[in-house]
Amino acid sequence: VSERSNLRLLVLAVLVASLLGTLVIRTFYLQVITGETYRVAAADNTIREVVEPAVRGLVLDQAGRPLVSNRTSVVVTVDRQTLHQEKDNGAAVVVRLAKILDLPVAKITERLANCGTEGAKPPPICWNGSSYQAIPVATDVDTQTALTIMERRSDFHGVAAKLQAVREYPAPFNVNAAHLLGYLGPVTQEQIEAEGNSTDPNRLRITDVVGRTGLENQYDAELRGDPGITTLAVDTAGHVTGTLGSQAPTAGDYIVTSIDAHLQSVVEKQLVAAVERAHEQGYPGKSGAAVVVDVHTGQVLAMASYPTYDPSIWIGGVTSKQYKELIGSEALSSNAYQGLFAPGSTFKVISTAAAGKEGYSLYGDYPCPSQVKVGGQTFRNYESSSYGRISLARAIEVSCNTVFYGLAERMWKAAGGPDAGKNAPDPVAETAKLFGLGSATGIDLPGEAVGRVSSRAFKQSNWEAMRDTWCANAAAGYPETRKTDPKLADYYTALDKENCTDGNQWRAGDALNAVIGQGDTAVTPLQMAMVYAAVANGGKLYQPQVAKAIVSASGQVVKEFKPVIKSRVTVPKATMTFLRRTLPGVTTEGSAETPFAGFPLSQIPVASKTGSAQVTGSNVSTSWFTSYAPANDPQYAVVMMVTEGGTGSKTSGPSVRKIYESLFGISGTSVNPRNSVLVGGKPETSLPTVESDGTVIGPRGRKSGVGTGGSIAARRGAG
Amino acid sequence: MSTIFTAERAVKPFQRGAVGGYWRDMDWILLIAAFAVTVFGSMLVWSASKADMASPNDSTSFLKRHLINVIIGVALGFVASRLDYRWLRAYTPIIYGISVFLLVLPFVPGLGTRVAGARAWIDLPGGMTIQPSEFAKVAVILMMAVLLSEKRDVGSEPRDRDVLLSLGVAIFPILIILLQNDTGTVLILGSVALSIIAVSGARTRWVIGLLGGAAIGILLAIQLGLLKSYQVQRLTSFINPSGDVSDASYNANQARIAIGGGGMFGYGLFQGPQTQGKFVPVNESDFIFTVVGEELGFVGAFVLILLLGIVLWRAVMIAWHADDLYGRLVATGIVAWLAFQMFENIGMSLGIMPITGIPLPMVSAGGTSMMATWIGIGLLQNVRLHGARAGA
Repeated sequence: VSERSNLRLLVLAVLVASLLGTLVIRTFYLQVITGETYRVAAADNTIREVVEPAVRGLVLDQAGRPLVSNRTSVVVTVDRQTLHQEKDNGAAVVVRLAKILDLPVAKITERLANCGTEGAKPPPICWNGSSYQAIPVATDVDTQTALTIMERRSDFHGVAAKLQAVREYPAPFNVNAAHLLGYLGPVTQEQIEAEGNSTDPNRLRITDVVGRTGLENQYDAELRGDPGITTLAVDTAGHVTGTLGSQAPTAGDYIVTSIDAHLQSVVEKQLVAAVERAHEQGYPGKSGAAVVVDVHTGQVLAMASYPTYDPSIWIGGVTSKQYKELIGSEALSSNAYQGLFAPGSTFKVISTAAAGKEGYSLYGDYPCPSQVKVGGQTFRNYESSSYGRISLARAIEVSCNTVFYGLAERMWKAAGGPDAGKNAPDPVAETAKLFGLGSATGIDLPGEAVGRVSSRAFKQSNWEAMRDTWCANAAAGYPETRKTDPKLADYYTALDKENCTDGNQWRAGDALNAVIGQGDTAVTPLQMAMVYAAVANGGKLYQPQVAKAIVSASGQVVKEFKPVIKSRVTVPKATMTFLRRTLPGVTTEGSAETPFAGFPLSQIPVASKTGSAQVTGSNVSTSWFTSYAPANDPQYAVVMMVTEGGTGSKTSGPSVRKIYESLFGISGTSVNPRNSVLVGGKPETSLPTVESDGTVIGPRGRKSGVGTGGSIAARRGAG
Repeated sequence: MSTIFTAERAVKPFQRGAVGGYWRDMDWILLIAAFAVTVFGSMLVWSASKADMASPNDSTSFLKRHLINVIIGVALGFVASRLDYRWLRAYTPIIYGISVFLLVLPFVPGLGTRVAGARAWIDLPGGMTIQPSEFAKVAVILMMAVLLSEKRDVGSEPRDRDVLLSLGVAIFPILIILLQNDTGTVLILGSVALSIIAVSGARTRWVIGLLGGAAIGILLAIQLGLLKSYQVQRLTSFINPSGDVSDASYNANQARIAIGGGGMFGYGLFQGPQTQGKFVPVNESDFIFTVVGEELGFVGAFVLILLLGIVLWRAVMIAWHADDLYGRLVATGIVAWLAFQMFENIGMSLGIMPITGIPLPMVSAGGTSMMATWIGIGLLQNVRLHGARAGA
């Protein structure tokens, strides 16, 4: 062997060694120095989640009757993974499936296309869920078809028929309760964006449906439960290579409400009756609301709004035509807690309380002329009636405006009259705020209207915001209106001119309007119910609540909502006593006498106040009827109102009477608590029980038919 | 040719001598290292094939087939280590002839299988396939060694005629393999031929000329578009690691994600998401290095390279200590073959070599490669044992 050979072998050896060294250095560089970035890339590559939504919780009434439940629907799903393993990519299976489901083939293929892919139809036709999730192609399939599909598995590779929970409204006693319950809708883009990069397994996903309004929205997180999540390892071809983790879904919690389905149905019917009464008198009677609360807890026992809609319309998605109709009818929002109206004379309890606070005699006599003139304006009584000198109590009974005008003028002058400063006292507005007007009641329903109180401060701030517009309008002189109606244009221009220069001034006329619940004051019927409840219970302003408790699908009480006193109305005790002594007189010998004629008031005295609030733009007043009963031992506050409905007494009064009759079990003049719509004659204090199998037992041990929906919830919940 | 046949009559195929000497003089470090690499490789093959969709019911079916190949390979290696030198030299032309014949077979319609664009497999009954280019490597080494070590005075360089002849012996199969689109094997055979000619002591102008020829060949290949631009880019990315390989192919990307993701200690055997998700193509053979990289991390990858290094170190030592030129050239050829094949295979997983479909010796699945490599190990032992006997 030559030296040359040795040398060249040595060179080869060194070359080999350096090649190996290169490999080690490169490996070290990739793995140790830049490894982390690749680790992230690998994780993105391989993990896919399959989400099985949990069965949504039920909404129960106080007796355990389901107001919202689930029914089972047979759903046919297609798993594209399996389908694509077929020789023809599953085309034959789809054709067979279309035939048995009696659907066009195109309908199924369109459904199987991923949203955003070429040729895909817009959602909800295309599939916007995970590629690894079986896609539902038909719901409410009849059992026979489902069985055929399951039997002929070889013909239907990748097709499955399974039971799915769909929202259902059992409507005990034909209740509607649409505005209380709310509805579901697909999650919005904003909600998804709000989740950010959350990795919480219970986060909202693009395929989720969520509560849009009402209780479904308020308690969405509780009702929704925790979805079942299977984490799959997936290869490049999209084949599932293994299961990395699996979490079974946890069924959503049940919401037990203080609503009584039976009472709710009575209240809904009576609200419609009141509206019809308005129509009979030839009034528009466009909308209305009714509220029943427990004065000792603030719990809402019934709450209705007119017009309403059928909550089941949302199941399976509403068409745009239906949606437009709903929006047009203004049925979507609740007048009971989202509508704002002038309270009219029902506000007088607050005016009285303000007068009492300011030291005016509650038992003195006051003049009740047919009209008063203040600041060049004439303020009249209803139908210009006059009663001479009457007591304050009588003024409330007959709803004499001029007595209150007199009080308002005195209070306005005491505060400084026209020379009062910005921060001069404003006793009526302050008392209204004490009773919770102009602020949210805090009810556990979304989108509550706050309202406002006519006051010196509101006028000032409103003027600051509007001054520029008013001044501009005054200068322009309403040229458009002038073309058709020069007189109206003159009136508008004069009004704006005045507003422009001293629209911030709290005039005597403003004080007079405010004292009878007119002017800028706007309230929700629910706020008025809480005002009368506070009068009834001696000054406790409760936060109204619809939910009493959250109970898990397996029966544990997760949370009980105790009554919450929002604030105490700091009005002299004597004034409160005066109000409680006076209001029953309204029913016995005042403005509410007619509707309660023949009502056993000796056994169930009813404290009430009627209201006929004037509204600009209409010559028909808003009919109000506010009340509580029994007046000697208050239990319920009932408020009803109908817009453009006429007087409180004629339109709403008879319906409120009917509500009391059903609450107390009155027929004719006999009172029998056992005939009450409330089981046991009073609001339930204990909770219904959710059994481990999902059935609900009412607090009084009666089995309430929950139906199949309940049993699905329980099965999933236990699993 | 007649001399060969007379030699056959005179020589028996196997060496005589005590079996005790065989076991005593064997290179144990080489054997143990080769075994260790094979066992290590089997483990990686198991992990890579576990989640294979081809055998969803039995996660070990692929491994079982691989282990059968290992057993056959080791047995062939044992046979190769026992062959008598003179017999081997006498029969080398026949071995070479059969190998070339097998190389042509895949072109016969009905016999060949195209795998990933390379027509390099022969179908056997029962679903087995063989890759004749693997055996061709052994045959070329043996044939060149015979030609370059024959009819010479000790210490003299090979005549130009011998060099030319041995070049022809190498180029003929290289051309066939080029037609099969198997560029990886071409590169390896070229390196093997160059190494053998260099170590044979051929005049320096031969070595320089061949090196220059190879360089021109590669440049021409790039120029004519035979190498894809990303392969060129990847080659240059080795020189300039920060260079962006944005248009690198999917395979290369997935391979690097797998290896990079392994970090220092890896995800653990059978736990690599890229490996188990089959994100890296053919990771039981061509991209097997991604399995060790991802699942056992840098530590595992280093141990594997170290074991391969030990095999190469022992092979170089056997070449160095060979008592005749024939033995040295055989050992040198095997060193060059294994070293360049390892570098090409691991290098392509690391993104520093063009992607060509060649297995990692003794690690990758693939029966023919496993058998050929163990024959190579056996031949190395044979060279060493020959020297030990001559020295004794």
